[in-house]
Amino acid sequence: MSQAMAGAMQPPFPAERGIEVYNKKLGMWIFLASEVMFFAALIGSYVILRFGAAGVWAKPGIVLSIQITAFNTFLLICSSVSMVKAYAAIQDGFQDKMKFWLLMTILGGATFVGIQVFEYIHLVEHGFTPAGVREGSHLAELVANGTLPAATMGLYGSTFFTMTGFHGFHVTCGVISMLYLYLFKALPGKYSPQDFSGIEVVGLYWHFVDLVWIILFTIVYLV
Amino acid sequence: METAHKRPNYILIWIYLAVLTAAELALAFELPIKPSTKLALLLFLAIWKALLVGLYFMHLKFEKWNLRMLAIIPIPLALILLFAGMSEHIW
Repeated sequence: MSQAMAGAMQPPFPAERGIEVYNKKLGMWIFLASEVMFFAALIGSYVILRFGAAGVWAKPGIVLSIQITAFNTFLLICSSVSMVKAYAAIQDGFQDKMKFWLLMTILGGATFVGIQVFEYIHLVEHGFTPAGVREGSHLAELVANGTLPAATMGLYGSTFFTMTGFHGFHVTCGVISMLYLYLFKALPGKYSPQDFSGIEVVGLYWHFVDLVWIILFTIVYLV
Repeated sequence: METAHKRPNYILIWIYLAVLTAAELALAFELPIKPSTKLALLLFLAIWKALLVGLYFMHLKFEKWNLRMLAIIPIPLALILLFAGMSEHIW
């Protein structure tokens, strides 16, 4: 490989002396800043709707399955660790370890999405939809006997599916990005201790998705 | 690359996150405490976990301040957005 090509694989550092971050990484951080505002709008809307609702909110653990989501939360935390292990491995020049940990991260993320889809199917079967509680369902009986509040179930359904749905979409995008890195960058051996910018930049996105879920899990499932 | 820095113990951070998640579940469903106290403690634990991810997995603890500012600046903006919206229910 010519020296020019080897040079082209390097992040264009120092591109910006002021901030001393290569462009891809800076771009990802700016994107993540916009994502903070995106999720702040979603979470803010949820908080406003919940506190401004004319009636109490459903108690945690009645509609949503906590055990399965707690497992999913743990899974996403594990995938964050495996992503950072992939980053550390390639930083040290261990190609095989990096591939292994990246694959584990992809599997973790894909399993998270799979469990979320399973959860959605299970919820809709029990009558919990984005429009609230479906008539004639198991949850409608709980509303009828007063276990669940009738007034706020519509808001509960719409906010739950909107927030977790957008998060799930982000996880899916992350899995697709990592799959691309794995198949077209990691497997052909394009990463080295001198250039692992793809791992670092997509890793930042992945950890952010984990961070958002940590907040969502608490405010949607536990409070 | 300019990312060389002291590496944290990622497995230790993972254990912290797992323990804090277990603590959240115990707090939410097992401990008989006031709802307002429970809410405050759950939010505290969630922010603690989010900070661990941000500081150690996203390496903000080891980045220069000008990059940290990129991560910090949206937070007060997000809080302003949140409280401005909530204020409609207060006033």
